[in-house]
Amino acid sequence: MTLRDFISMGGYGPFVWSCYALTLAVLVWIGLSSRRQLAAELVRARRRAQVSLDRAAAGPDITEK
Amino acid sequence: MWLWFHKLSSPPYAYRIAGMLRPWFLWPALLMMAVAAYGGLVLSPPDYQQKDAFRIIYVHVPPASMSLMVYVAMAVAAAVGVIWRIKLAHAFAAACAPVGAWFTALTLAVGSIYGKPMWGTWWEWDPRLTSELIQLFLYLGYMALRSSFDDTQRADRASAILAIVGVVNVPIVKYSVIWWNSLHQGPSISKLDAPSIDSSMLWPLLLMMLAFVLYFAAVMCDRVRTEILKRERNASWLIENVVKS
Repeated sequence: MTLRDFISMGGYGPFVWSCYALTLAVLVWIGLSSRRQLAAELVRARRRAQVSLDRAAAGPDITEK
Repeated sequence: MWLWFHKLSSPPYAYRIAGMLRPWFLWPALLMMAVAAYGGLVLSPPDYQQKDAFRIIYVHVPPASMSLMVYVAMAVAAAVGVIWRIKLAHAFAAACAPVGAWFTALTLAVGSIYGKPMWGTWWEWDPRLTSELIQLFLYLGYMALRSSFDDTQRADRASAILAIVGVVNVPIVKYSVIWWNSLHQGPSISKLDAPSIDSSMLWPLLLMMLAFVLYFAAVMCDRVRTEILKRERNASWLIENVVKS
């Protein structure tokens, strides 16, 4: 089997390869977007944690009821 | 066993375990996908009827089975969340939906490209195709319902009902090709004792399906952690852990 045969897939090349490309794209998207959401949520959580730790370090806040 | 279950349902523990498990799911999944793709595209012989176009099944059946499996996982988690009031189960269910929706959309898109050369049409209002489209709408409806609530707990409860009721569509999708006279081909592997495809074509498919399951697990590790972070905003364990790391 030559490379050309492999790519042409007996004439079904465009159908076969577009399906594989689409699948790869969706899998990569699912993985990356989930990773990015986690990273973004961690940044948010860290910022919030820092604020509450700072507040605790500053002692009781009498301006808040 | 029950003790372990109880431990797992505690957010700090689950958060840590999910982070630890992720690479153990991810790398085997990627390796298996590569091997299965090589097996499906190169090693297995062309089909006697569908010629080389049959190779599309290796990226059609795995997302299709995931579109149902993810839904069942989501519905079971939602039910556990409602019955035993386990927040982590709701977090899991919520994390499932977008991934399931992507798998379902992928199944429909790839199936459509597969249908063109095999059936001569991109789309047909066939039982299998129509029920799979309804499956996509179930996921999208679940996500839309969740986002319509500001309160997470109310979103959890309302969306859980939808997830549980929607599970009736799963057997409809699965058995649609048997119950009705469908354009879609029948099952190839469900008869495990006597599958209707040759082993040289079967092993890459089974391997690809396993790879998809593992990949889903890896993605869920990230997604569940994200959900936990969102839900446990003010928990002290989180504040201590997050600032330290």
